[in-house]
Amino acid sequence: MTDAMETVRAARASDKLSAHYLRAHLFSDFVELHGDRQGADDPAIVGGIGLFAGQPVTVITTSRGHKLEERLAKHFGQPEPAGYRKAARLVKDAARFKRPVLLFIDTAGAFPGKEAEYAGQGQAIAQCLTDIGQAQTPIISVIFGEGGSGGALALACGDELWMMENSMYSVLSPEGFASILWKDASRAAEAAELLGLTPESLLKGQVIEGVIKQEGSKSAQCREIARVLEEELAKLQKLPVSSLLNRRYERFRKF
Amino acid sequence: MRLFEKRNTISERHVKANKRAEDLVPSGLMQRCPNCGLEFFSSRLDKYKTCPDCDYGFRLTAKERLAWLCEESEEWFKDIQPSDPLHFPNYEAKVAAGKKKTGLNEAVWTGLAKIGGQETALAIMDPFFIMGSLGQMTGEKLTRLIEAATEKRLPIVVFTASGGARMQEGIYSLMQMAKVVNAVNRHKAAGLLYLVVLTDPTTGGVTASFASEGDITLAEAHAMVAFAGRRVIEQTIHEQLPKDAQRAETVLKHGFIDRIVLRQEEKGTLAWLLKYGGMQDD
Ligand SMILES: [Zn+2]
Repeated sequence: MTDAMETVRAARASDKLSAHYLRAHLFSDFVELHGDRQGADDPAIVGGIGLFAGQPVTVITTSRGHKLEERLAKHFGQPEPAGYRKAARLVKDAARFKRPVLLFIDTAGAFPGKEAEYAGQGQAIAQCLTDIGQAQTPIISVIFGEGGSGGALALACGDELWMMENSMYSVLSPEGFASILWKDASRAAEAAELLGLTPESLLKGQVIEGVIKQEGSKSAQCREIARVLEEELAKLQKLPVSSLLNRRYERFRKF
Repeated sequence: MRLFEKRNTISERHVKANKRAEDLVPSGLMQRCPNCGLEFFSSRLDKYKTCPDCDYGFRLTAKERLAWLCEESEEWFKDIQPSDPLHFPNYEAKVAAGKKKTGLNEAVWTGLAKIGGQETALAIMDPFFIMGSLGQMTGEKLTRLIEAATEKRLPIVVFTASGGARMQEGIYSLMQMAKVVNAVNRHKAAGLLYLVVLTDPTTGGVTASFASEGDITLAEAHAMVAFAGRRVIEQTIHEQLPKDAQRAETVLKHGFIDRIVLRQEEKGTLAWLLKYGGMQDD
């Protein structure tokens, strides 16, 4: 059995795949589209239209940034309400043209800030759950680092969720979990084990559709992601819209 | 009207001033309003349990609320038992304590009710059942209620009160957010009315899902309505959050709540909205 805390460390490693690298290597073209159409543009979510295996798809990624000022503006990859509203809008736009949606997630969670509360962080996440849950087009998400709580679920509520071998998905960080439940953040490793946040245990619990192997160079890993997504998209695109939506409903109904 | 009510009676002030006297008073005899700080004798609380000064609604069990909210009610799904998907240590004891405090099988009461003559599907979350946290079976009860309402073409009223996701159930708690929201959206697609009443406290994963999806959203006076916890925010932004930052009145000012309701007027307001807020020829 893999040590869950090892997985947590790997999911947080600074030299892992970045959203920028994924956008550059999975899509032959990518045109970024900004804004939530309600007065803001959150840089912690990058979205647009890309070409994937010859077809246009809507691409949405969380983004941590590289330089310090960039990382600060993006709150280290923790989206604000405007980010979730941008994602929801781009998914709705995609559905109008039957364009599939691919989402890539690496976030500790939604940003816990004062302005984020005032701007309705909770409502913005709920909006994503609704708009992504209802959009009439195939939607696949991939967690490639941290998948933290409702802030990750908001972008992972479509037809399928895949996880990279070195990624995690949980209701709360193991440190937060340990300090809330045991008032002792140093018991994080124990918490990680109990939370079942590894791709392996989440696959067993049917929370995710599959695990993407991470072997070889980063470009080899991207080829593996592309292979999986191409195969899955082809399956989903064959389904009539009504069965796609029923399947999506059942995907969460079973829990 | 409230202008003529005395803030403190002499005897109350006496108890407050005399530390030793306070120690002699059996616990539970005095109440302190968490919103305005007023201390008063518990005997001044009626069935609505609101602060005599600021109208803050003290936390109620689902059954206490049920007692004054509806003329008739029928409980549904009371045989469902909480799940323990992580085999969490000592979880059974927490669940047992929650059941004892609330008389419920889970953190939400679900059923059919008549409010001011209007028939509706009704869910009341209970803040005394593991802090009203959203467990797998809390979500299951809500989803079954919503699906039944869609099938029977009934409107839904949901009273939210929640500390958020139930940590002891891990990711399976998180999944309830999407599960319940999806059911709400099918209900809406059927042209039916979904009313939400936010009560103290509504936070975390519940705020980020079905609590924010109401066709009409009411909130009780001074109820805490938040996504992130105050401490987490303050540690992140390194500044103090204003005292009222997560109060319903502030959330209303930012556009996320339709109306603040006083408990005493809730039944009437809900009955009116159930009658006129949805489709008229259904
Ligand atoms: Zn008060």
